[in-house]
Amino acid sequence: MAGYAAPGLFCELTTPRGDSDEALALIARRFDAMSLDELRRRAKVAEDDMYDLGITFTVYSEREAIDRILPFDPIPRVIARREWQQIERGMIQRVTALNLFLHDIYHDQKILRDGVIPRALVEGNPNFRREMMGFDVPCGTYIHICGIDLVRDETGRFLVLEDNARTPSGVSYVVENRNMMRRVFADVMDDIKLRSVDQYGMRLQQALCEVAPAGVQDPSVVLLSPGIYNSAYFEHVFLAREMGVPLVEGTDLTVEDGRVWMRTTAGLAPVHSIYRRLDDDFLDPAVFRADSGIGVRGLIDVWRAGQVSIANAVGTGVADDKAVYAYMPRIIRYYLDEDEVLPNVPTHICGEPDGLAHTLANLEQLVVKPVGESGGYGLLIGPHASRAELDEFRAKLQAKPANYISQPVVKLSVCPTLGEEGVGARHVDLRPFAITGRRTWVLPGGLTRVALKRGSLVVNSSQGGGSKDTWVLE
Amino acid sequence: MSASVDATEEPPRTASLLSRYAESLFWLARYMERIENRARILDVTENFSRNSIGPTPAGGPWLSVVQINSDEERFFQRHKQADATSVLEFYVTGADNATAITAEIGFARENARTLRPIISTEMWTQINIFHRQVRAIAPADLSPSRLSATCGMLKEGCQTHAGILEGTFFRDQGWMFYQIGKHLERADQITRLLDIKYHTLLPSVDAVGSQFDVSQWNALLRAASGYHAFRRVFPSGMSAATVAGFLLMNNAFPRSLVVCLRQVETHLQQLRTAYNLRAAAPALERLDGLRDAMVEQGIANILARGLHEFLDWVQQELLLLGAEVAAAFWHRTA
Repeated sequence: MAGYAAPGLFCELTTPRGDSDEALALIARRFDAMSLDELRRRAKVAEDDMYDLGITFTVYSEREAIDRILPFDPIPRVIARREWQQIERGMIQRVTALNLFLHDIYHDQKILRDGVIPRALVEGNPNFRREMMGFDVPCGTYIHICGIDLVRDETGRFLVLEDNARTPSGVSYVVENRNMMRRVFADVMDDIKLRSVDQYGMRLQQALCEVAPAGVQDPSVVLLSPGIYNSAYFEHVFLAREMGVPLVEGTDLTVEDGRVWMRTTAGLAPVHSIYRRLDDDFLDPAVFRADSGIGVRGLIDVWRAGQVSIANAVGTGVADDKAVYAYMPRIIRYYLDEDEVLPNVPTHICGEPDGLAHTLANLEQLVVKPVGESGGYGLLIGPHASRAELDEFRAKLQAKPANYISQPVVKLSVCPTLGEEGVGARHVDLRPFAITGRRTWVLPGGLTRVALKRGSLVVNSSQGGGSKDTWVLE
Repeated sequence: MSASVDATEEPPRTASLLSRYAESLFWLARYMERIENRARILDVTENFSRNSIGPTPAGGPWLSVVQINSDEERFFQRHKQADATSVLEFYVTGADNATAITAEIGFARENARTLRPIISTEMWTQINIFHRQVRAIAPADLSPSRLSATCGMLKEGCQTHAGILEGTFFRDQGWMFYQIGKHLERADQITRLLDIKYHTLLPSVDAVGSQFDVSQWNALLRAASGYHAFRRVFPSGMSAATVAGFLLMNNAFPRSLVVCLRQVETHLQQLRTAYNLRAAAPALERLDGLRDAMVEQGIANILARGLHEFLDWVQQELLLLGAEVAAAFWHRTA
């Protein structure tokens, strides 16, 4: 780490926070004492292990299926004890508000009638599902699994960048990265007290049992996957194993006599609770996309009759839309009468006249994001854009302003990261995961994604991002 | 939870197995067994084709490899003649050949991938790495000087798999389906091997004796990994009848037809009793018939009435047996 510096930025390892600073310094010293060659050697061992273990996602070319790993950086991101307490409280608050919001918009719609959010924004959203109106989900929980993307600015403040309320992925890496670190960096981890990440599967299984249809003793839980060709199949396997439940595909399930069953060697066996890893659109060809070959015909009817539970519920996509995101501070205040524990990145809604005017006037300083999209595609990072790109984007913005929100460029925090030239500062974000059955539990840590390209602010795996282990200090 | 399930009580739900998993276990077992057998046959063919004494079998030893697998038609669409180079290419690296080892390890891995939720991490990792090694086999690895090492790697990969399976696989009904697949495949392989070799090695029915090429019969036994076991049972000699009898009827040789059938039966029986899977009944009945036919006839009668006809019938029965298992547990129409 010789020569490592991150001027003007918050470093997740070297910036003191007045809490857990000794442990932070110890970790930094241990990495500092390691030669670059040794660090590279161990990073290679870790990546080879990931191939062998099949901690991979599959990319399909014309002829062949190629297994890729999410690049793994060996230097962890460390979260101090009090920092984690704030994140945990903020996560619980936000998930609680999101669930109350979904219940409201699918029942009485008070928040719309009170004019806190424009009705068109909710009802006009493609992920708003009319099928959900008036339907009561067990425990009032719509979002059983939630991943919230956080960033940290140069002052060290955590900000919410995005909610993921449909089928957030990445939790398998949280656990596998830790396993990897234990194997390859046992000496560095020696005597450092970390919060464990081992409970996720048990907690998830428990939550899925809690929301099972009333009256079912010892509910049967399954994980519904699109199958072995899905790029996230490894994560589906991981979750099924950690929960100790069958991983099923649509063809393994059938609806008969108003119940959902799975096909076993002994005939049909009942299914009570489904953690589905496919989008709403593909769940049930009788209700949504008729051409879905990976869903279960009749599933939604059984669900609405209360004979099976589905996690996450159908129709949660409206809550994690970027346009709704902008209203989250107001949503939290409306339902909980609290200030938000984790603030949003200041957001301008281009669909509102003030927001559009501000965005157009400051385009070269802003990040402009299309609503309803994910994966870091189609966004404009003003300071990194050429004049031509700015002009082109300005035209798109003026043509359909409601399709965009804008935010100031956050100087994302950094973490020492192994690069070609040695250890350098790279930008990171954090996706903690919350599980909600009757109550909300937050996995201590989360997925730290890192932009491996120097200076890049885009951490998405589809665009050159990697991941790090995330250490929450006891 | 108790490891054994009382036959009288309904098995707990945790003991239930998705039909798709049962099918994948059955096929994973078959592909791994097939790869091991194929590697053994290729290895032995190479060793014995170069130093055989006496007349070589009709069409040469490499043609018989193609015949064993009933691949003549597909093989001769691609190659003019069956020699070491063409047969090895066809069965090891052969692009677009579903019976090439590289294709079979792909199928095995695909099944293992389906099974990842229920197999051990070690089991998956080994197949994953083995798959990579097999796919990396280059034409040079099939040259006379390197073939034996390549086949060794293949056999060892399969045997490592078997060892990890033995040490880590949960002994629930999934185990039964794996064992059924494995021994059905083994039975299929041994009957194919014997059928082809026996007739290519016997120029005429009464050639036993004077023209007897011991080295070729040795090769046959070695291809079944049974040479030394055979020597122990028959230290004083070798005849077509004793070799055929050994491979079909020996009660202790792990690849003999009777041992394979007994294994299939044992595991089907357990499915029916311990897991209360009554659908196993038709397959068990067929097995009964197969075994009775062997025991009642004895090897002398089988040879007298025609080994080929007998093996042909066994093959048909094995095929029907596999279909019955599939129909009972994963291709059920109801």
